Amino acid sequence: MCQVGEDYGDAAPEGPPPPRPGRELKCVKCKEGPPVVVIRAGDAFCRGCFRAFYVHKFRAVLGKNRLIFPGEKVLLAWSGGPSSSSMVWQVLEGLSRDSAKRLRFVPGVVYVDEGAACGQSWEDRAKTLTDVRQILQTLGFPWHIVTLEEVFALPPSVLRCSAQDPVGTVETYKVAVDSFLQQQRTLAAEGVRGSPSSAQGEEQPSQPCTQDPQDPVGPPPAAQTEALSQLFDSVKTLTAKEELLQTLRTHLILHVARTHGYSKVMTGDSCTRLAIKLMTSLALGRGAFLAWDTGFSDERHGDVVVVRPMREHTLKEVAFYNRLFAVPSVFTPAIDTKASEKASIHRLMEGFLLRLQAQFPSTVSTVYRTSEKLVKAPRDGCAAGPRCLLCMCSLDVDSADSATAFGAQTQDFSQTPAPTPRAEAGAPAGPCCAAGPGGAPNCWQGTRPCGREGSRAHVIEQLCYACRVNMKDVPCLEPLPPYILAEAQLRSQRYGPAPQIQEYLVNSDDEAPASGSGALGPPEQEGKEARAACGCINKNFFN
Amino acid sequence: MGISCELGFLNMAAPLSVEVEFGGGAELLFDGIKKHQVTLPGQEEPWVIRDLLVWIKKNLLKERPELFIQGDSVRPGILVLINDADWELLGELDYQLQDQDSILFISTLHGG
Repeated sequence: MCQVGEDYGDAAPEGPPPPRPGRELKCVKCKEGPPVVVIRAGDAFCRGCFRAFYVHKFRAVLGKNRLIFPGEKVLLAWSGGPSSSSMVWQVLEGLSRDSAKRLRFVPGVVYVDEGAACGQSWEDRAKTLTDVRQILQTLGFPWHIVTLEEVFALPPSVLRCSAQDPVGTVETYKVAVDSFLQQQRTLAAEGVRGSPSSAQGEEQPSQPCTQDPQDPVGPPPAAQTEALSQLFDSVKTLTAKEELLQTLRTHLILHVARTHGYSKVMTGDSCTRLAIKLMTSLALGRGAFLAWDTGFSDERHGDVVVVRPMREHTLKEVAFYNRLFAVPSVFTPAIDTKASEKASIHRLMEGFLLRLQAQFPSTVSTVYRTSEKLVKAPRDGCAAGPRCLLCMCSLDVDSADSATAFGAQTQDFSQTPAPTPRAEAGAPAGPCCAAGPGGAPNCWQGTRPCGREGSRAHVIEQLCYACRVNMKDVPCLEPLPPYILAEAQLRSQRYGPAPQIQEYLVNSDDEAPASGSGALGPPEQEGKEARAACGCINKNFFN
Repeated sequence: MGISCELGFLNMAAPLSVEVEFGGGAELLFDGIKKHQVTLPGQEEPWVIRDLLVWIKKNLLKERPELFIQGDSVRPGILVLINDADWELLGELDYQLQDQDSILFISTLHGG
């Protein structure tokens, strides 16, 4: 009756209990220290061994992939959360090691303030930014703080994939490392002040460290904040909001990287987060792009490569490391904070995977291993094909194939606004797109006429399947930042029927490509036609 | 039986003082307060984590209990550290609390 409950512990009410690591009193690695954390399915590590294990994993992931060349400028995308904070801390520690094992790239940090999308007041955001600045100043790297409102000032060029630099081969990497080391030795021999690498790596931060010219000290323009809130309020589902936020954030970070000459961006996606992302992407229709979304490197932007060095660390390891070794982080409420489990596909998938993980501790690593095996092979004939306007992956839609349900759906979609009078792309039509017996999406902006059904079709036809599905939850595309709409307009105009043959076409208005040749986004590369129909017309007129 | 009952009386007499801390966004469910110094009333059986969770749910949790507790354990995704050590090493729910212990709950879930 008065016994301690320990003996009854194993009878868990729901399902079989997870395998216990047992009451091992010693670390499995060094067999000496008291264990503090259980990694994987039952390995208990002591504090020192855990630290060594953690750091080693980080260096191994970077070293194994050999994508980051010595002296390269790398932008660290820091969200304030535990994984990215841990990543930044690892880089900081890695740069200060003794010369043989020192990390050899030149880092900078970017922080995106997304408070407006979450409905935070400027006072709260300013408070968070104070904490953020405090941490950034202790790092010693050049740092950039940008607010999400700045997407309204982005140029359309951010959506264009720049010419790709060929990825370095093993030989070029070795050559680069050797020449770098040679350079260091020469500098050391010439007796440069202090350690040569520190002169190279740390002199740079000394001036931007104090005040980054891009760092906003006051609130962003109220009009932009208002526009951003309006945009996110207009999105109907949390899933679409999260995807849109992700897209805008990526574009913003890309812009910062390009502006300041960074050729790599490091994001702190952990193993757990990537496993969840893989399953979520499948559910969202992004199965074709899993290798880019969850792989170590993501070269879809061309000149800037996104790299994920934390991809082998589970969230548990990250949380323990941060706690045991006092890694500073800033918690900011996100768009899905306190959302219920069924509020979005992301949350649902997270709950599913984590619950499964509790019962079967190898779940996350199994999903992760699967993601490692995905290969980035281009589809036949689409190697340099058109790219999605938003996510910049190769388009995977084949809407000319009207025999499939999807083909029929996309044709229907672009033809839905047919009942309302066709508007020229420039002038807004009279009635709002709420009319439409064909079931045109209701435009909630009652005051401003949103009769740009034609322009909506322009944007939609340049998106991949997943982005199109996402856009269904965005009833009106007007609130989108102007660079997206401008680029969509530009692409459809540039790659629509050429102006000189326009008069020869039967349906000569801009909406013709939407229904006629089977809407597809225009190819990025000059001189390549994506659609056989367009190619046929060109052949007839120019040959 | 007799000895156990005596020990039981001993436990019943002493209330426990422990520090409960929340991190990773879990503090949002507790009015934003990260550290709580709590005194657990003496009871017949010694305090185990399972009991502590029930106590937290009743006395500290301000909103949305389903975001913190699931069944009689914490929601998957919330880590528990007892004196900076993994609770898996100490028996998880059946760990018997000692005076001046420090229990830390870290949420690894997106958005706390």
